[in-house]
Amino acid sequence: MAEPLIRMTNIRKSYGRVQALVDANFHVNEKEIVGLLGDNGAGKSTLIKVLSGAVPLTSGDIFIRGKKVTLRSTSDAIAHGIETIYQDSALVTQLSIARNLFLGREPIKAPRFLNRMDQDAMNAVARDLLRQVGITKNIPPTTPIGSLSGGERQAVAIARAMHFDSDLIILDEPTNNLGVAETQGVLSFVRSARDSGHSCIFIAHNIHHVFQVVDRIVVMRRGKVVADDIDPKKTTVAEVERVITGMSDKEIRDAISDSRQSHG
Amino acid sequence: MENRSFIQSFIARAEFGPLVLLIVELVVFWGINPDFLSPQNISNILAFTVELGLIALAMTLLMTSGEFDLSVGSLFGFSPVLMWTLFNSGVTSLEMGLLIALIVAALIGLVNGWFVTQLKIPSFLVTLGMLLVVRGSALFITDGFPQRTWSAEGSWLANILVGDFYLGPFRIYASLFWFIGAAIVLGYVLTQSRTGNWIQAAGGNPNAARARGVNVSRVKVGLFILSAVMASLAGVISSLRTSAANPNSGTGYELEVIAMVVIGGTALTGGRGTIVGTVLGILILRVMRNGIVLIGVPGLAYNIFIGAIILGMMALHSWLERRHQAGT
Repeated sequence: MAEPLIRMTNIRKSYGRVQALVDANFHVNEKEIVGLLGDNGAGKSTLIKVLSGAVPLTSGDIFIRGKKVTLRSTSDAIAHGIETIYQDSALVTQLSIARNLFLGREPIKAPRFLNRMDQDAMNAVARDLLRQVGITKNIPPTTPIGSLSGGERQAVAIARAMHFDSDLIILDEPTNNLGVAETQGVLSFVRSARDSGHSCIFIAHNIHHVFQVVDRIVVMRRGKVVADDIDPKKTTVAEVERVITGMSDKEIRDAISDSRQSHG
Repeated sequence: MENRSFIQSFIARAEFGPLVLLIVELVVFWGINPDFLSPQNISNILAFTVELGLIALAMTLLMTSGEFDLSVGSLFGFSPVLMWTLFNSGVTSLEMGLLIALIVAALIGLVNGWFVTQLKIPSFLVTLGMLLVVRGSALFITDGFPQRTWSAEGSWLANILVGDFYLGPFRIYASLFWFIGAAIVLGYVLTQSRTGNWIQAAGGNPNAARARGVNVSRVKVGLFILSAVMASLAGVISSLRTSAANPNSGTGYELEVIAMVVIGGTALTGGRGTIVGTVLGILILRVMRNGIVLIGVPGLAYNIFIGAIILGMMALHSWLERRHQAGT
């Protein structure tokens, strides 16, 4: 079998005496949307923070396409093609769409020593990207993020990850606080990201949103990955909820295989 | 339609309120006392404007990045004292004295920035502490007495910093050109350059900026250094112009400078800043200080007007901000 895009093995993370991750194993394949589920404190966000370089791991290994990597900072992770989009912290509300898209990687006009941003080029790319990600409304790229809706902000963040060719886009609660129509919009941005060759990790409390968009569901409980190959097409929400809330490992295996038999 | 939306967007700009206020001030003072717009008085206003203005320009960038610097007034007093002390005691030439004063200021800015970014102490506390250290040093060095200053006329340093000439009936100081130059360069940096994007991001959402690989700490430390060096330069210019080096000079300037910046439309909380607005804010306060004396209001009442302006402008800016957020 081909080497997955991301493979994390035996990841441990402890904060003092608290064990947030206990030998967690996790992988993401190429062009795949993985839904990461688990109750509060299950270790989802710690796992994501480790993968996005925000916190160092205590022990364990991370491989990207089979090559071992060390992620010391978020910029390390970005350089390795891993982009994390947090609900509120991804964008600068005072800056325009175009300035946000290129933040930290602004194109420079010649002569270079003047350090002058090429704002025309930035605006042109931004206009293109907004169309690609499926925003049909005509929003000028000079609009400040502060005057966009929550769903449009997510779209800008996703567009940015797509433009800079991130292999993996991690979405932390992207549908929180969004209305029904906006949620559908975000889900379609995620699909278009996958269709253009990016992998995604999708974290959401709302299991129904996860079911609508992901290819595979991974469930965490008490710092461990307890199920990592749940097919949303062959499982019901109720069954996954049972896995999240916790049963013995045998019960989980039985529950999953039962559901497979009944669907297959 | 095109025209109307141009006017609308002009009115919605943060600089519009300050511009109107400045025009109202000019008209009112001129209406009450026509001498207000005499060449001599205009020359006077401009000479004072430049010295606080240099500090306000640097403070605009620092405040856009989400920090501010209370130690600028003390540096304004300390740097000329240091320069003249070195010169009077025969240790260095005046030029070398200036260079050393600027380097010391840069180091003070570096320390401010280091405390704020590495020890994560709010800039209010760090620069308040630094204010006391620097002001205390100036008083200690001089025993509290003004330094002997030699009339600097004829020195090339004095000529390029504060040399004056008459342009028609207007007396112009060379420092005015330094101010204009600094306003253009810093305005360019803030709105056109990549650094400007980082400064705004550092103030608006430091976590997002950091996640994009922007070195927020380096940006802020650089701006603390800029702020300290500009305050030091402003102090030296003032000292050369007035031929005085008083360890107490510049007391309270930090608050007046911050007032100039926020009146102009720069957000105290960071993320949004405007050099054009700051230039207007500088003029508003200097014209007010000059004008109320000229129309016969007791000078001691000055602060009442300044306070009222600050409150009024803050109300206006917050109203515009809310309209802006609502997308209208």
